[in-house]
Amino acid sequence: MPDQHIMRAFDRDLEAIQAKIMKMGGLVEAAIHESAKSLNKRDDELAARVREADKLIDALEEEVNHDAAQVLALRQPIASDLRTVLSVMKISGNLERVGDYAKNLAKRTAVLVQMPAIEGASGAIKRMAREVERMLKDVLDAYVHQDVALAEDVRARDHEVDQMYNALFREFLTFMMEDPRNITACMHLHFIAKNIERMGDHVTSIAEQVIYLVTGELPNDERAKLDYIAEAQEAEE
Amino acid sequence: MNDIKVSARDVQVWYADNHAIKDVSVEIEDKTVTAFIGPSGCGKSTFLRCINRMNDTIDICRVTGDILLDGEDIYDPQVDPVQLRAKVGMVFQKPNPFPKSIYDNVAYGPRIHGMAASKTELDEIVEKSLRRAALWGEVKDRLNASGTGLSGGQQQRLCIARAVATEPEVLLMDEPASALDPIATAQIEELIDELREKFAVVIVTHSMQQAARVSQKTAFFHLGNLVEYGETSQIFTNPVDPRTESYITGRIG
Amino acid sequence: MSRPKTSLYTTSARTKKRNAAERRFRAYGLFAVGLAMAALAMLLTSIFSSGSGAFQQTYITLDVELPEAKLDKSGTRDMAVMKKVSTFGYAPLITKALMAKLEEMGIETPLKKKQIGALVSKAAPAKLRDFVLANPDVIGTTQRFEFLASGRIDGYMKGRVTHESAERDGKISPEQLDLVDALVADGAIVKRFNWAFFTSPDASGQRPESAGLGVAILGSLYMMLVVLVLALPIGVGASIYLEEFAPKNRWTDIIEVNISNLAAVPSIVFGILGLTIFINFAGLPQSAPIVGGLVLTLMTLPTIVISTRAALKAVPPSIREAALGIGASKMQTVFHHVLPLAAPGILTGTIIGMARALGETAPLLLIGMVAFVKEFPAAPLEGLFDPASALPVQVYNWTQRADPGFVERASGAIITLLLFLVIMNVAAVLLRRRFERRW
Repeated sequence: MPDQHIMRAFDRDLEAIQAKIMKMGGLVEAAIHESAKSLNKRDDELAARVREADKLIDALEEEVNHDAAQVLALRQPIASDLRTVLSVMKISGNLERVGDYAKNLAKRTAVLVQMPAIEGASGAIKRMAREVERMLKDVLDAYVHQDVALAEDVRARDHEVDQMYNALFREFLTFMMEDPRNITACMHLHFIAKNIERMGDHVTSIAEQVIYLVTGELPNDERAKLDYIAEAQEAEE
Repeated sequence: MNDIKVSARDVQVWYADNHAIKDVSVEIEDKTVTAFIGPSGCGKSTFLRCINRMNDTIDICRVTGDILLDGEDIYDPQVDPVQLRAKVGMVFQKPNPFPKSIYDNVAYGPRIHGMAASKTELDEIVEKSLRRAALWGEVKDRLNASGTGLSGGQQQRLCIARAVATEPEVLLMDEPASALDPIATAQIEELIDELREKFAVVIVTHSMQQAARVSQKTAFFHLGNLVEYGETSQIFTNPVDPRTESYITGRIG
Repeated sequence: MSRPKTSLYTTSARTKKRNAAERRFRAYGLFAVGLAMAALAMLLTSIFSSGSGAFQQTYITLDVELPEAKLDKSGTRDMAVMKKVSTFGYAPLITKALMAKLEEMGIETPLKKKQIGALVSKAAPAKLRDFVLANPDVIGTTQRFEFLASGRIDGYMKGRVTHESAERDGKISPEQLDLVDALVADGAIVKRFNWAFFTSPDASGQRPESAGLGVAILGSLYMMLVVLVLALPIGVGASIYLEEFAPKNRWTDIIEVNISNLAAVPSIVFGILGLTIFINFAGLPQSAPIVGGLVLTLMTLPTIVISTRAALKAVPPSIREAALGIGASKMQTVFHHVLPLAAPGILTGTIIGMARALGETAPLLLIGMVAFVKEFPAAPLEGLFDPASALPVQVYNWTQRADPGFVERASGAIITLLLFLVIMNVAAVLLRRRFERRW
């Protein structure tokens, strides 16, 4: 199939939207990185900058939605062009949520900085965040190159992120049981870990959109969800 | 915002007792594609044909109101319609090349308007027009072949080349792609997009999707009235008049 | 109420009846066509059988002595002197030559000189005289000539005259026929293709063998020329005006209706019109091609106007719109675009109109073309005013004559006329096919 539409303006419109998605992706990647770093380094100025930067991400999401609506109205895309536009709208939504979680992380960091540090927690969280960051980078690559295999791989890696979260959950329980003065800090850290785990889910959703874009079908096998409820149920059996 | 090329004020058109166009006022911008849409019989073609006074050929047709081209009233008694039509070109719904050679088709307009002093100049005009119509590459080796031997899409591009050969300022197109297959239609639409860099293009189309794809400004006609006129992106995402919304969403028409 | 379900393989009664009716209709059509074909076949057979003889003519080849003593008394080849010798002087020379031939062949006959001489056409001496006056240096020599055989001899060669009919015929006797047989055996009398039929002028009632269509063909040609030169521009011009430029109101409607009616007026009415206006009022000479041409022009004009209008109407309006859209004026549109496209139709209509005019007899009779014309009309333009004949009129003329030789001539003329008509109509069809444009 030739790459270009006969109406070149159509190509220009689609390229413009995809450029915005890539820009959003870059901003969100940076947000994850910076927010994790601010937690690790206990740097509340960095955290404040992350929270500011989220406004850019939100603005881009609005633009992408507006542009996509225009393309739908003015160009009447069908087949792969339609999937392109639909997937772009969903991906921008997912990216915006990930950005929001990063902003949330930065907010809690500002609070945690006031309290004494919990041993070992930030390292684990940093590793989780880095994994999600890599997943995001890979899924954006998969989107650009329309690489279904890479997208499937990203989907599978969410399993690890879930396991990391489970481990952290048990660790925080232990900390809280050891010393009730830890409870506030651990609760915040727990929510941070949960947010990162949710980031992973959204990145997985982006991977599924990539698969839909290329193949025309959403992957229908159940995502391997291994959160603490499922684990507890398994343990009981 | 480009200059205003054609300005119509309070235009009325009667076919004998039938009041076909009622109080239409619109300003067509230069270097822009303006689309006229509306259901059958709404008057969009009639109004288009007023701009180059093709309605003069119909005896029972009467036009009142002002239509100004670059500020000059085209219905002024001093104006010769023949001269007007050199400035305002027209492309019709069904491709209608003259049954002459491709060269003669394009050269006819410049010849009768005395635009070329020599054969070389005429050759240049023909080549330039065929290039503008994205047809030069396909026919440059057979300029003497008959114009009617081309495919439908090529014939329509030949008609476009013929129309631009007289260096018009405004190009009127009456449903130019409705007789063509989808690929040829897409090629014509791409061509129109290129033409707007030089001309003011007004296109009548019964396909709203085509108007959406190709134009920057859209005018919606209904029962002889101009209901709404605005930016195409705004009309197709959020029209102001409920009649416009009903028509483009397929609820009336 | 819905139809009961039936199988496709069984034919319903309705369908059977309908099929039978359609078969019957086809049979009627075939019968009608067959009838028409049979009538045509009968017509053609009868014409060709009686007319084909006209294209062959019997000639006698003789060596004629041309003594100076008889032909040029002065011996100086002086034209004035030579002209004094009339055809009466030349006739005996031919008879002498014939008798010499018979002697040479060793044939005995009880016939007298006059009867022997009657074998040769009465037109022969004139031809001989013309030749000698044109070539005076043959005087004193003996030349071989080919003379037309007399009408009855020609008839004998073609089977019209037999020994039995010769018994009763005053103009020929069986003994003369015996002579002819002998001469045929010798090769002196031959029957060959008769080009003279097309080139010689009409001849008197005594000499059907030398009667030809020359004058008639030329007359018809001149008239066709007049029709072409006058009717085509006027007809096409009027048509263009009516179709393209005239306002569509009551007056143009009336004109249209009148033109259509004119096409249906009987041709003899045009003859009376021609007589009154051109001959009585304008004083043009009777029987002249110019008058015939003018009358035929009036007759052909409506046909041309109607066919031109049809041809103009057939040009699709999209071409006109395209031309106007480019900025061509009405005139330019008509002459650069519409007319060239309508030209084949106009041409076809003109040719058909002219073919009709070629065959018209009644108006020509009324303007006096029924007279016997022997001299060729001169070249145009003066020749248009000389008296002439026309093909269909010649046919009428010859059928009125007594000599049975003219029956064959008349049929031959009909064949010639039909040939020209066929050629013109075929030309019209070919032209139409060749120029049928795909626009």
